[in-house]
Amino acid sequence: MLNSLRPVYILTRREVRDQMRDWRIIAPIIILTLFFPYLMTFTAERAVGFVQDFGADIIGDRLIPFLLMVVGFFPISVSMVIALESFAGEKERGSIEPLLSSPLKDWQLYLGKLIAVMIPPLIASYLGIAVYLFSVYRSVNWVAPTDLLIQILVLTFVQALVMVSGAVIISTQTTSVRAANLLSSFIIIPVALLIQWESLIMFWGRYDALWWVVVAELIIAGLLIRTGVSHFNREELLGRELDVLNFRWMWHVVRDEFVGEATSIWNWYGKSILPSLRRLRLPFALMLASLVGGLLVGASQISAFPLPPELVDPEKLDQGFIATNLESVRIFSGLGILFIFVQNVRAYILAMLAGLFTYGVLGVLILMLPMFIIGYLTATVATAGINPFLFLTAFVVPHGIFEIPAIALAGALILRTGASLAASVRGESVSEGLLRSVTDWAKIFLAVVLPLMFAAAVVEALITPQFGVWLLSR
Amino acid sequence: MRLEPTHYNERIGMDGYMIKTNDLSKSFDEFQAVDGVSLEIGAGEVLALLGPNGAGKTTTVRMLTSVLKPSRGEAYIAGFNVVEQPEEVRAAVGVLTEHHGLYNRMRAHEYLDFFGQVYGIKAEKRASRVHDLLDHFGLGEASDRRVGEFSKGMRQKLALARALFHEPPVILLDEPTSAMDPASAKLVRDAIRELRSGERAIIICTHNLTEAEELADRIAIIQNGKIITQGTPAGLKHEMLGPPEYRVQLTDKLNGRQPVLPDGGRITATGADWLQFFSEDVKGYNPQVVQRLVADGFRVLSMEEVPRSLEQVYLQAVGSSKENKHAQ
Repeated sequence: MLNSLRPVYILTRREVRDQMRDWRIIAPIIILTLFFPYLMTFTAERAVGFVQDFGADIIGDRLIPFLLMVVGFFPISVSMVIALESFAGEKERGSIEPLLSSPLKDWQLYLGKLIAVMIPPLIASYLGIAVYLFSVYRSVNWVAPTDLLIQILVLTFVQALVMVSGAVIISTQTTSVRAANLLSSFIIIPVALLIQWESLIMFWGRYDALWWVVVAELIIAGLLIRTGVSHFNREELLGRELDVLNFRWMWHVVRDEFVGEATSIWNWYGKSILPSLRRLRLPFALMLASLVGGLLVGASQISAFPLPPELVDPEKLDQGFIATNLESVRIFSGLGILFIFVQNVRAYILAMLAGLFTYGVLGVLILMLPMFIIGYLTATVATAGINPFLFLTAFVVPHGIFEIPAIALAGALILRTGASLAASVRGESVSEGLLRSVTDWAKIFLAVVLPLMFAAAVVEALITPQFGVWLLSR
Repeated sequence: MRLEPTHYNERIGMDGYMIKTNDLSKSFDEFQAVDGVSLEIGAGEVLALLGPNGAGKTTTVRMLTSVLKPSRGEAYIAGFNVVEQPEEVRAAVGVLTEHHGLYNRMRAHEYLDFFGQVYGIKAEKRASRVHDLLDHFGLGEASDRRVGEFSKGMRQKLALARALFHEPPVILLDEPTSAMDPASAKLVRDAIRELRSGERAIIICTHNLTEAEELADRIAIIQNGKIITQGTPAGLKHEMLGPPEYRVQLTDKLNGRQPVLPDGGRITATGADWLQFFSEDVKGYNPQVVQRLVADGFRVLSMEEVPRSLEQVYLQAVGSSKENKHAQ
């Protein structure tokens, strides 16, 4: 094991030395390490004084730890720029080929570069934090609690890991630094959103929640590294046409995946849809388990967030009450079918889009949300003395027969798309894998999910309310 | 990974080929870059791969270094399969790439030492190799200079030193003397000659036909991804240009006299005091020519083979290949 890590060390050491000789990397790191923390200290000092004048000491108390995080984050942002250049730059200068022709294994090459681009910015970041801690102690006598300091140090590390692992993927999949920089917004925007969330948590003062952020970022970094190693391809690194938007090729891939060898619609269902459905067995089972999990988690929330008792008075739940309230919702009609259908389609498409950028995780969470609510409502009516199974049979089962398989199928497709990003099919590029997965999603969505959703909408608008009222009033 | 000769000697087996390809092909989507290349290069042999730009030379080299995966066919380097044993193949090959691919901010000795480490060479050996190779290529005094300050020729020599650093049994050189001044180019050519050994095979991809003829035991001409012809320089000349012609220089002018040659050959050209002829049977026919001319009263000053360049062979091969393609 140690022997196989030696080439990683050799490569990392060379890259780090090379970076240390480049003033364009060193200059911003020095500035962010030595001068920026003092600027932040000055800001903290002034801000604390200012808010104290208005009796808002809490803002000052929260600002100093927040700036600690900011001081740590700025130098590591440099790592993303270096990472974007790591493979694309070598490709542009032609220096990648001797490395690719050497006996280094793919993962050694990948890991060596990944570690190398993290080291100098991370050292700078930790130095910056030290400088900030020293200066803020001198100016306002603030000492960071040990657990907070550990959190910030770990958070800084995982943020660097997420940015670098994402940037290295971009760098391996582009042929020029320009193209890599153009694609960097795929990292900058999510990271900016993440920093905003972390800021909110820090001003909220729930520092323990930061550990969940650390865990989430570690998972994302793990998936990104998995994706990077899986899609690392010597052949593609030497390709010259990776940046070209090849519509003809895209059309071929989409047509091949969507139509296959089918000659008629029935043939299509038999030759293309059924095999695709068979491939979805495992993600479908996982998704069903997730939906059950959502239901249980929703039900468990009743103890933390109980509804006021007057809202769940079983005495009120007679046929007239339910009928009147259902009528007031106004979707349980012929027009309601369209409303429910469009609403669900929109939610599923949103889930797919969210899943594309989160390896399927966010997409699955969105699809779990209705089950979470159903679980919560079922538990709520149970506390009011109504049989929860009767409630589920009355208001969920009729359209659920169609909708739950539709949700599970949509979720399975999202999971598979996420998995296809994390692990490549042999000989497939990231773009081809993604294009095939999205086409597969569109195919199953059109052929199976949409009809199921339409049937569910019809039942939900026209049958479920009548059936529910009838069953509960017996 | 460091390969010692024992690693590959056993693998080369009875056929003794250091480089062996069979129907080696590579396509990029619909473009066929290399199409059915079959080569056999033994230890101690130098093969020059000639061809126009985009003919498939670099793609072939990249397949032989396990950087590109063949779409069809197979290839073995020092007995290792390029698809199944990529690390062993790369350890067995020293490659001078089309682009030098040097790190500008490194010093020359650091650069070589880095690649020595990548190939798993021990520190003491690395130090002596760095010293020897830099000295050999006339870069000893520039050892401590940054590579970015090097001239084109110096860069090329450093890249070549890198390719040879781990003493590989197979060397693939893509345009080894391009961008070099005549003295440096000669130095590199001499180095390649010295590299020829009983345990090593070399492929040189070049546009420089004189260099190819000077260095290579065999020539292969590649066009549109296919090897259109291959053989020794002399064999190719015979195949493409016909049997060699000989020129007889006479002491006196012909003055309207038409020499007559024995059966078995024919005169192809005459001048004021010379004539040119060819025959399929050089050894048997040439002495008869001299005898006949002397018998007819001509005084022969000298007889020598008319020099034919590889360029003629190349142009003929590439031209006829194009014509065949058009005809099809």
